[in-house]
Amino acid sequence: MISYTIRRLLMLIPVLIGMSLITFSIIHLIPGNPAQTILGEQATPQAIEQLEEQLGLNEPYFVQYGNYMMGLLQGDLGTSLRTKASISSEIWPYLAATIELTIFAMVFAVIVGVNAGIISAWKQNSLFDYTSMLIALIGVSMPIFWLGLLEQWIFAQNLGWLPAFGRGNPRDPVETVTNFYLLDSIINGRPDQLWTSFKHLILPGVALGTIPMAIIARMTRSSMLEVLRSDYIRTVEAKGSHTLSVVYRHGFKNAVIPVLTVVGLQTGTLLGGAILTETIFSWPGVGRYVYEAIGNRDYPVIQSGIIVIATIFVFINLIVDLLYTYIDPRIKY
Amino acid sequence: MSERKTWLLFLSLVFVVVLAACGGNNEPADAGTNNNEAETNNTSESNNNEANEAAGENSEGDYSLAEDQTLIFARGGDSVSLDYASVTDGESSRVTEQIYESLLKFDEDSFEIGPGLAEDWEVLDDGLRFVFQLREGVTFHDGTDFNAEAVKINFERWADPDHEYHFADEGYTYSVYGTQFGGFKGDDGHVIEEINVLGDHEIEFVLNESLGAFLQNMGMSYFSITSPAAFEEYGSAINENPVGTGPFKFVSWSKDDSIVLEKNEDYWLEGYPKLDGVIFQVIPDNSARLTALRSGEIDIMDGLNPDDVEQIEADPELAVFERDTNNIGYLGFNLDKEPFDNPDLRRALNHAIDKETLISLLYAGLAEPATNIIPPSYMGYNDSIDPYAYDPDLAKELLEEAGFGDGLEFDLWTMPVARPYMPDPERAAEVMQANLADVGVTANIVSMEWATYLERTEQGEHDIFMLGWSGTNGDPDYFFGNLLHSGAIPGGNRNFYRSDEVDSLLNQAKNSVDEDERAELYKEVQEIVHEDAPMIPLVHSIPVLAGSERVKNYVPHLSTSEPLTNVELAE
Repeated sequence: MISYTIRRLLMLIPVLIGMSLITFSIIHLIPGNPAQTILGEQATPQAIEQLEEQLGLNEPYFVQYGNYMMGLLQGDLGTSLRTKASISSEIWPYLAATIELTIFAMVFAVIVGVNAGIISAWKQNSLFDYTSMLIALIGVSMPIFWLGLLEQWIFAQNLGWLPAFGRGNPRDPVETVTNFYLLDSIINGRPDQLWTSFKHLILPGVALGTIPMAIIARMTRSSMLEVLRSDYIRTVEAKGSHTLSVVYRHGFKNAVIPVLTVVGLQTGTLLGGAILTETIFSWPGVGRYVYEAIGNRDYPVIQSGIIVIATIFVFINLIVDLLYTYIDPRIKY
Repeated sequence: MSERKTWLLFLSLVFVVVLAACGGNNEPADAGTNNNEAETNNTSESNNNEANEAAGENSEGDYSLAEDQTLIFARGGDSVSLDYASVTDGESSRVTEQIYESLLKFDEDSFEIGPGLAEDWEVLDDGLRFVFQLREGVTFHDGTDFNAEAVKINFERWADPDHEYHFADEGYTYSVYGTQFGGFKGDDGHVIEEINVLGDHEIEFVLNESLGAFLQNMGMSYFSITSPAAFEEYGSAINENPVGTGPFKFVSWSKDDSIVLEKNEDYWLEGYPKLDGVIFQVIPDNSARLTALRSGEIDIMDGLNPDDVEQIEADPELAVFERDTNNIGYLGFNLDKEPFDNPDLRRALNHAIDKETLISLLYAGLAEPATNIIPPSYMGYNDSIDPYAYDPDLAKELLEEAGFGDGLEFDLWTMPVARPYMPDPERAAEVMQANLADVGVTANIVSMEWATYLERTEQGEHDIFMLGWSGTNGDPDYFFGNLLHSGAIPGGNRNFYRSDEVDSLLNQAKNSVDEDERAELYKEVQEIVHEDAPMIPLVHSIPVLAGSERVKNYVPHLSTSEPLTNVELAE
């Protein structure tokens, strides 16, 4: 298994080189000049020329790519053209914000989705089954921005229960240590801020988690249905075990592999695909960071942002694959 | 199986009922809100009456102050940098205007200059020498003294690419300095010859050519003064660690989220600022920002959809703040291309565009039809010019006289992004396309990526194009010199308008320091330009902000950023 892990990690290198090449080519193929974009319509041609020179944009593409890759090999993600800040230090708060939101959304999606799926399978064709599968169908097809605005309208504007934007109370900002606000509030010994940060997670977390929740519920249900029909479940039941414990202990354990695959894939998707949620809920996450960079043609930020997201994606998949062997000893690498 | 069908039937019934309930709910809900509105309107009237009565007795004491004097200002995007001189975006200067100050200061609601960090100033040698008496006893937020040496270091930092604080290697450029002072040290057009420290609090600027806008420039937020000690300490990280003399001190910045400022207790203006702190919060989505305002989580918001203005005006707890107009949106001709070199054609098309409809459709009425390219509040605005009236019949007649009776077809280049002077370019283009069709002219809408659009119009590849310009220092030269002077080709002059007469008048006006003389010269320019019609001036838009009724003494400035020194929050 260790050699498998090492092999998988080594495979990361060609993946990242490929990613960076594709990203680099695409962002240089789309029209738009960063210097002109940064300076806007009122810039003089002299100013634009000067900025291009300073940013190294008048060098040939392969030189620019080479410079970038040289930096990357030394662990330097480059410097943002727009803010002049080092991306390595700038990207972490964004990444932490996204990871915190993704974890929250996935926890919500897994808890609700898995349980709904199991009970639906157990009570197949019951009212609960139909209702939860109908909700799952709506959940899959619900546009996130619409759900987000609806949530804000109900829970922030009309009921006033939950905040509509941001990660914490701007009047009482969380002192950042790890940039995970829940963790930082605990480290700083501030239960009030922990509660505030938690409240800020609810609306965007639910909006972001709805689609994965629906997918997980459906996957769990179909996977469970298959398992519940198998012989060994019948044997366990015949031995007189209580039904619910059969379903959860013996049934779900054997149905979990496909569910885990979906969870892994969805987590990866959420990391990079949370732009809509992050925009509606003013969540300063990595999706928005890269999105803004695309609008500004901030090449190094786009490249590094995508590479970081891709790396995390690969790691999540690796972890999922390793978990298989733990859950099902029959799987060996 | 039959059980299953029953359940399905039951479920679909439930679904239908729920849907019906949703549909039915609309009406009573609407009626409810209408009632609410009516009620709240009444209360707002009575509030106003009370307020007026109170105002009769005491102009200041008609509200009591809220306990929490921290104001949250929400906007769509984050600041790029807090080093004001190296960036050009309004979101940056909006924040630095609180932290930093310049030698001169604009009036609260105009571009009239007054004392800032300089208490007094003199113009000597026909505008070739400016001497500023600096305010004494002012300290930067880091405790160091503000003095003439600090001013000199800041100006030299921008002008001299070899200066140790120029940070050229880190990619810093100072484009606004280059535009306003004719380039950088060593360039031909650079007007600042030398800067001399005459005393601890006295400084002299020697120019090699007089510059009419010099004092106006000194009021711009781009030329504020940073603590030299902070340059020493932070180096090129000064963009994230601003240290100035302004009413608020920098506390923290979490990117794409919020910038937190606190009151400068040692501010030189006794008793100010009123607020304890200001937070600039990023909320990218326009509707989400409005929701946050309605739920009371923020106090002021920028970037209001024009369509929402009416709603906010009807809400007694909210207020609309109008910024005076400081821009021009126009439809420009490419004079280098046939047939647009024909002035008769250009004048005829000027009669074809219905500006009033544009304003009511796209700006919700928050714009003025434009006659000249400078905003009406500017020095030298010529109000005796008779605008080209909207008259399709006349336009048709003139087109026929000019030899285009059989129609005309061209590309109408449309901006891909919304700007303050053009909130919805695509719809604007459609309206104008219809206007032009009415007079027998076919306009094909063409659009492309923004930077490409700017580059290609600069190269003159277009027929007719939409664009605009916003003022920064309140000086008319910033409009005329960039949009109509032949020296701005390639550059801001995308009409490729070349008139020797206009060039020489603009040169005279640019170098004169006599305001009356300048005003006369600009008036003359406007007459010639009106006759030559290189563009169709469309509108001067009025940008609006929304805020809570609790926000007092907030006056939005024309330049898009204003210090919040006088603002306070009522209960």
